[in-house]
Amino acid sequence: MKTENETKEYSTMNSQEKTPPIRVSASQARSGEAREALLMANESIKIVVNDLNLYYGNDQALKNINLQIPEKRVTAFIGPSGCGKSTLLRCFNRMNDLVDSVSITGDMLMDGQEINAPGVNVSELRRQVGMVFQKPNPFPKSIYENVAYGLRLQGVNDRSTLDKVVEKSLKGAALWDEVKDRLHESAMGMSGGQQQRLVIARAIAIEPEVILLDEPASALDPISTLKIEELINELKNDYTIVIVTHNMQQAARVSDYTAFMYMGELIEFGATDQLFTNPNNKQTEDYITGRYG
Amino acid sequence: MVTNQSQHISQQFEKELQDIRSQVLAMGGMVEQQVQNAMEALMNGDADLARAVIASDEDVNKLEIQIDEECIQIIAKRQPTASDLRLVTGILKTITDLERIGDESVRIARMALNLSEKDRPKKNYRELSALGTQVRSNLSNALDAFARFDVETALLVAKEDRDVDAEYESIVRQLVTYMMEDPRSITRVIDMIWSARSLERIGDHVHNVCEHVIYLVEGKDVRHLSAEKMEEVVKARKE
Repeated sequence: MKTENETKEYSTMNSQEKTPPIRVSASQARSGEAREALLMANESIKIVVNDLNLYYGNDQALKNINLQIPEKRVTAFIGPSGCGKSTLLRCFNRMNDLVDSVSITGDMLMDGQEINAPGVNVSELRRQVGMVFQKPNPFPKSIYENVAYGLRLQGVNDRSTLDKVVEKSLKGAALWDEVKDRLHESAMGMSGGQQQRLVIARAIAIEPEVILLDEPASALDPISTLKIEELINELKNDYTIVIVTHNMQQAARVSDYTAFMYMGELIEFGATDQLFTNPNNKQTEDYITGRYG
Repeated sequence: MVTNQSQHISQQFEKELQDIRSQVLAMGGMVEQQVQNAMEALMNGDADLARAVIASDEDVNKLEIQIDEECIQIIAKRQPTASDLRLVTGILKTITDLERIGDESVRIARMALNLSEKDRPKKNYRELSALGTQVRSNLSNALDAFARFDVETALLVAKEDRDVDAEYESIVRQLVTYMMEDPRSITRVIDMIWSARSLERIGDHVHNVCEHVIYLVEGKDVRHLSAEKMEEVVKARKE
């Protein structure tokens, strides 16, 4: 059995491989070597998490998380319920501010700026870091107004600007063709899958840099799920995406990097192709193969 | 890691994986017997045994199809990952090689059948016997390596394929001199060369099985590497 220390190599198994796969064990993640590994693969880093601890009252939900989220890539968080993956995701746009008992230590930098610094404009942060939840939550307004909402909040009311953004966002969310003839009908009449894509359109209308997806497809049928996955693949050309999912096959399909979390700790982070065929850590192995620990 | 002792939460899945593993071993046992019988038939001019080898190939083929089907079912229903995925794909490849080994044994058995109708030479085809023994022992060790997920043995057997190749070369050189010395022996010697060729091919398939074992245990692809490089890659983890 391999131990953490024995898996230090960012190894290429085989000289024929074109790009070296990235292998990062928990110890590397802790020691910050993960960043080095990512840089080796020519990724630029959007978000850096250093020694992050998060407490709900006295309960520690996140323990010493060290992680780098590469830019314009899809990073998936997987792990059993209660492992802290949603909590971590919600740190990226300070959604945990809404919970009174939360205290956080450690650094969380986006483009080098501390997310949790006191002077940060949280509304502006959340514009930059959009979020989509498990259950689609369109506003009880028309499709058009749902997408235009963020811009209107910013004081944009120019019709032609709004028209352009709405069309571009709906196209970006692969929804335009389905709704272009009923833009002014209520969003509540759409199917769940359409609503979820509408919410994504609403998120990208304000041109965020990062999109957080918290179980975006778990309430959808398989076809809608595939559409969302296809969309994620399109979106990563323009946005940094972080997705939490219980569906490991989905993580395997859509993500470039996967982080496995367990009991509030980051156990393993690595290239998805590697993590799902040959994980470094036994806990990761047990989880993704469905074994008893 | 396949050496993972913990059980799947799904007992059914656990059982399915155990099943395909034991079937591969059963198939391995069958082709091992085929190789042995084919060589005996050749050495002893035993036409009945040669026919038995040819007939048994059908069972091997059936088993290949059956294991194949079960692997496909597992992929479709269970979407295996990590060591489970490597086990299933490793098995899919291993059974292809085992089936080919069966085919080569049938070829040897056909030669044995041809030769059984001809005069026995003085040496009674002993030239081939050493090669046959070596190949059979490599096959048997490779199957052990598979059964125990034993990378060390797999490496060892893979290395020995070089000896098999060298032995084959020397047999061919020897047989060519026979043909030059006595052109009347040509038909018979050509059959011997074909048999030696089949043994050498079996050696190659055994080598492949070893590569599959290393892949499914370690997750390291060691195909098309020299024996030294192969060892280097496998040992890399132990630094």
